[in-house]
Amino acid sequence: MADPMRIRATMAGDKVDVKILMAHPMETGQRKNPDGTTVPAHYIDTVTVSCKGRTVLTADWGPAVSKNPYLAFRFTGAAAGDTISVTWKDTKGDTRTDEAAIA
Amino acid sequence: MKATRRHFLASVGQWAAALAAVTVLRPLAALAAERNHRAFEAKSMDAVLSAYGGGSAKESADVVLTTPEIAENGAVVPVTVESKLAGTQSISILIEKNPSVLAARFVLPEGTDPYVATRVKVAETCNVIALVQTSSGYFYAQKPVKVTLGGCGG
Repeated sequence: MADPMRIRATMAGDKVDVKILMAHPMETGQRKNPDGTTVPAHYIDTVTVSCKGRTVLTADWGPAVSKNPYLAFRFTGAAAGDTISVTWKDTKGDTRTDEAAIA
Repeated sequence: MKATRRHFLASVGQWAAALAAVTVLRPLAALAAERNHRAFEAKSMDAVLSAYGGGSAKESADVVLTTPEIAENGAVVPVTVESKLAGTQSISILIEKNPSVLAARFVLPEGTDPYVATRVKVAETCNVIALVQTSSGYFYAQKPVKVTLGGCGG
């Protein structure tokens, strides 16, 4: 299992400002080892963020998202103290879910 | 967590099961069907559009794309996209000369701002395109990014 995500969710007026940092190699499948063999692709392909059972963002990613992906967005309809939950799934079928309270 | 009927039924067993259902199972089940492999293999913006069943895209000043003019390291290029168009449903980030142009697609349900910021890899100097899907079609903005060190390789 991969390392935990760093999630920061803060209220900015009536909106929730979310910043997420994930730990993932995001291997493209184009890179070669020194011996010429290709490093197999291994990247996060789907991300879902939900709050109070409601999906607030879904993302489909290709290998072109940078290593240790960063993602920021904003949504309405939540208050301080609510919990947001972030789930990613990668091309090897690994998933990770982390939660954070909105500050 | 709101105790709607669906959640209540799902939690007949125990609360932990309901939590798992809400946080893990539901998003993954919802996502499984959505991956559009054709779009992620596309080599041009038109091919991405056709993979998503869209027609053509119009350039629009209401799509605000923020990227650095010169990216010293193509492996980490910050990109911010903000749409001022009403009814924005999704934002995609395309990189013209990457092996596959589509880097990421964000689906924004109602209540989520038409704004995303992330970091992408850019293989060589080329245009970065922000493609926005609204209820009245596709719109885009593009900006050249100069890469001094490629996003692939070492």
